[in-house]
Amino acid sequence: MSWLIVGTVPYENFPLVHSPCTTVDGKLRIGEQTIPILRGTPALLAAACSAADVLGIDPPRVVMAGDIGRGDGSVRVYRSLVVEGKDFEESLIVFHYLQPDVDWHNKILLKIEELPQKPILVADAGYMYVAKMSGFASSYDLFTPDAGEMAFLADETAPHPFYTRGFLLQEEEGVPALIRRAYENENAARYLLVKGRKDLVASIDGIMAEVSEPSVPTMEPIGGTGDSLTGIVAALLASGRSLPEAAALGAKANRLMGLLADATPAFSVDELLLVLPQALERTLSDQEFSYTGRASCHCEE
Amino acid sequence: MRFIRRVIDKIRTIGTAGDRERKGLSERGILIFEHTSDVIRAESSLKEAGINAQVKGPPPEVRTGCDMAIEFPLTSGLKVSQVLAEAKIKPLQVMPLQNLLLEPVSLYHVKDFGNYLMVRAANMKITISKSDCKIVNISGGGCPDVPYLAERLVGKNLDEAPEPRSLGHTLCGYALQLAYEELRRSCPG
Repeated sequence: MSWLIVGTVPYENFPLVHSPCTTVDGKLRIGEQTIPILRGTPALLAAACSAADVLGIDPPRVVMAGDIGRGDGSVRVYRSLVVEGKDFEESLIVFHYLQPDVDWHNKILLKIEELPQKPILVADAGYMYVAKMSGFASSYDLFTPDAGEMAFLADETAPHPFYTRGFLLQEEEGVPALIRRAYENENAARYLLVKGRKDLVASIDGIMAEVSEPSVPTMEPIGGTGDSLTGIVAALLASGRSLPEAAALGAKANRLMGLLADATPAFSVDELLLVLPQALERTLSDQEFSYTGRASCHCEE
Repeated sequence: MRFIRRVIDKIRTIGTAGDRERKGLSERGILIFEHTSDVIRAESSLKEAGINAQVKGPPPEVRTGCDMAIEFPLTSGLKVSQVLAEAKIKPLQVMPLQNLLLEPVSLYHVKDFGNYLMVRAANMKITISKSDCKIVNISGGGCPDVPYLAERLVGKNLDEAPEPRSLGHTLCGYALQLAYEELRRSCPG
């Protein structure tokens, strides 16, 4: 399955690129550009490329520009997709670190909705925020929130996690109720992968899978572990796995990275990604872990 | 066509909710800016000038995306305009508060990892090493300034690191500022 990743990098002068990406000597190569593996979209891309290699599939195409938060790079990306770009040719599109902008979001979604065959749509980070803010969350196939972002999705009035109302507790115990509330208000994608002490895969019908092992609490402070998870899940989707299966397997592999690397809260995401191939291979070959699951994965079709 | 109809319905809903929520005037006003980074700069300038300014979510009719507004006492209107003029920050609109603002998060989550301490505000987390108060990680968030801020803050001591609001441009950057301030209060060093 062909796939596209859309995002930004935290460099002011990074040009707009449309190109496949590869990893070379611990760095990311996109067209003529070589950049370190930082948290954010570069971490997602590095994880996606590494996982694609393990899965034996082609790497993703990338549309990306430099943006340090002023929104200019995000607008270049938005404009290139809506005005200057070709039609979306990929069967899977992952939207990531982009400045939330409802107008551009709606233009892109309108263009996608007009395609003869709608691609699988994954939204994480800023694009998940704007997808919810726009009122069209249900047009997406997968969101990947953590507990705090889940409270934001559940709060029908909040345009950003910063304004999530206090009565919506952002503790892990309350996540199932938040999931129900988000679906009741049509503020969730078709599937959710909620990251936390237990990673939960959910749909409008409820929780489909729980992944709680290995438990590596020190992963939470490490910037980029959510990005790596989205990259692995995207690669699994591009390899033909179903959404819930890709989400559960990706959650397991991402946790294993922390265990294999013996992560501390001071780790960087590129240190974790060194063991991604090992973690993913082990997840895929683990007889005790499967999507129909036993042991550490409780899953329901 | 179905999608266009949904867009129209959504716009209607937003308009109706705004109308329904419209209430009486208040003694407080709000400043609306073009860019979130202007809000962050304006808040710093106003607070430095001793004005009780607070960042809030703007009312629906002026909301465009990743937005913030500043609430201030209307009685300080002149001083506010002077401070902003000196700082060369021009608001798009100044209007009386009509009870339409959203409250920012005010709860912090502190997690102890033994040698490390993590504070979360809204969607942003910042972690320090307890022994030397060095920032070892920044996680969470989704706006493009988060990776940029992480690059500039990680590895620095809390005392030498730039305040997130001096470099940030978005609500995520602002949430990181709140986590940073809470960490400064909690830092055992």
